[in-house]
Amino acid sequence: MAVYKRTYTRYSGPLTSERWRCMIIPRYAFQTVLASRFYTGAFVLALVPHLIALLLIYFRSHIDALGGLGIDARGLQIISINGGFFINLFIVETFVSFFLVALLGPGLIAPDLANNAMPLYLSRPFSRAEYVIGKMSVLLTVTSLITWVPGLLLFSIQTALAGLSWSWDNFRILPAILLGSLLWLLTISLIALALSAWVKWRPVAAAALFGIFFVSAGFGTVTNALLLTRWGTLLNLASAMGMVWRWLFLNEMQYRVATFPFETMPSWTGLVSLVFVCGLALVLLAWKIRPAQVVR
Amino acid sequence: MAFIELDRLSLSLGGRTILKELTGAYSGRCIGLLGPNGAGKTTLLQVLLGFYPPTSGTAQVLGLDIRTQIRQIRHRIGYMPENDSFIAGMSAIRFVRMMAELSGLPPEAAMERAHETLFYVGLGEARYRALGTYSLGMKQMAKLAVAIVHGPSMVILDEPTNGLDPAGRARMIQLVREIRDTHDINLIISSHLLRDIEEFCDEVMIMKDGRVATYCNLEEERRANRKFLQLETRGENSAFLEAAELLGCECAVDGRSRVKMVLPETVEIHDLYQLAQTHTTQIRRLQYKRDSLQDIFMKAMEVGKK
Repeated sequence: MAVYKRTYTRYSGPLTSERWRCMIIPRYAFQTVLASRFYTGAFVLALVPHLIALLLIYFRSHIDALGGLGIDARGLQIISINGGFFINLFIVETFVSFFLVALLGPGLIAPDLANNAMPLYLSRPFSRAEYVIGKMSVLLTVTSLITWVPGLLLFSIQTALAGLSWSWDNFRILPAILLGSLLWLLTISLIALALSAWVKWRPVAAAALFGIFFVSAGFGTVTNALLLTRWGTLLNLASAMGMVWRWLFLNEMQYRVATFPFETMPSWTGLVSLVFVCGLALVLLAWKIRPAQVVR
Repeated sequence: MAFIELDRLSLSLGGRTILKELTGAYSGRCIGLLGPNGAGKTTLLQVLLGFYPPTSGTAQVLGLDIRTQIRQIRHRIGYMPENDSFIAGMSAIRFVRMMAELSGLPPEAAMERAHETLFYVGLGEARYRALGTYSLGMKQMAKLAVAIVHGPSMVILDEPTNGLDPAGRARMIQLVREIRDTHDINLIISSHLLRDIEEFCDEVMIMKDGRVATYCNLEEERRANRKFLQLETRGENSAFLEAAELLGCECAVDGRSRVKMVLPETVEIHDLYQLAQTHTTQIRRLQYKRDSLQDIFMKAMEVGKK
């Protein structure tokens, strides 16, 4: 029967599993993201660093074959495919993934809060935690596809080209890619969601995200210079992540601060700084993601 | 069986006690929630939805405890909030479908029911339009669609006729009545408009300062007051009144010709006309004087003051 001829009836069919219901939100969000050429273009561009890395790995392993084709690729011999190579790739991806999150993140929660949609979400068998997980999984999925997923693929390709001995010698790279990426993606996703929840106007939320990233870097440097300390470096998100990258990829337990006072500090403090930021973002989210706000 | 049971339910928010030891069992098909601003109507609904955990006491909705079984409760209820609630960029069909899926319906069933429900509330032709472009009346209907799309056993409507023009209001009243009468759905309606509550509800809870000031069954109230009459007679009426009093009627003469009368259960209006004929008294006017909801509301507010 045509739908307009039917009348309203009570639903008596089967229900879906509650466990995976939080995945409904990302499914709808992805439909929106994929419908936009701008987002699709940005996503493809974000894969460029990995594509370049792939070409370098491939050519580095086939210098002789390239010579046979009359291409002099001996200059590539100065490139070593090791922890240093991967850390440089992932420092670039730190910025690229940040830009992608800045594009997508502010539009995730802000429209729901601006249009008072929270009571509708949360009057259903759906919790605040599931809502946040659902929204965060959008960012984590997109950014994973441009960071650790192609990173692991590169590691596998290099293993296939250079042999298992290379893989054994550089085994540290594997957990470093996975853990480092997840930590960074979690941090920026939570910050983006927290800002999206607090700043209901999307462009302002995006600007605030950039502000946190760049202003915190400047603030950290100024703090170091004024207070003659090295701990201001922990206020800089990129530096904190840099410490973790170097710790994970190169097993450097001490991080040399690149600006005045040029001292060293333990690499694990970068991890503490990022975990603290994640905790703060979670508190801000918990504060704002409520079905109804209490008016005092 | 009571579908709402309150057991010394209290709630404090921001250092203020909003709901104060509410107790009672409510079984009407459609319960109206009345009260002045700040009485705690919306907060009570939000507590029943699990938005706020009670400070003390508890409540049962459809036999399920709000402290321990809130997910099961939410499976079985639909909620239409007072304010605008939607995602501006989404089309109505997509939004209603997403809400149905969040209530547990599989994607195909959710899509089918979203279409059905939007047709049912009269938004069939506008279902592919973005919600942000809807008029106020259409948004109210879209909220109703979201509340009923998953086929709940109970629907909570917070100010359903807010901002509707007369035609929209009539349409909303018709829909809500239909939902109540033909789909076996319990309703709780919160409204400032006494007329709306009178149209929709069979039981009314009047709240004041976080307490239930009055709870009454409107139908019983109407029945109880059915035999309260105001008469206007012509000619000599003392013999008629005496005879009426002998039948057990309570009479109070207001002026010469106006009489207020309370009839006992055994006396019908027809008996009065016969009595008047016997005593050659003309009854020129006879009026039922019944307590309107407004009277009940005003009395409840007065009791609160005392």
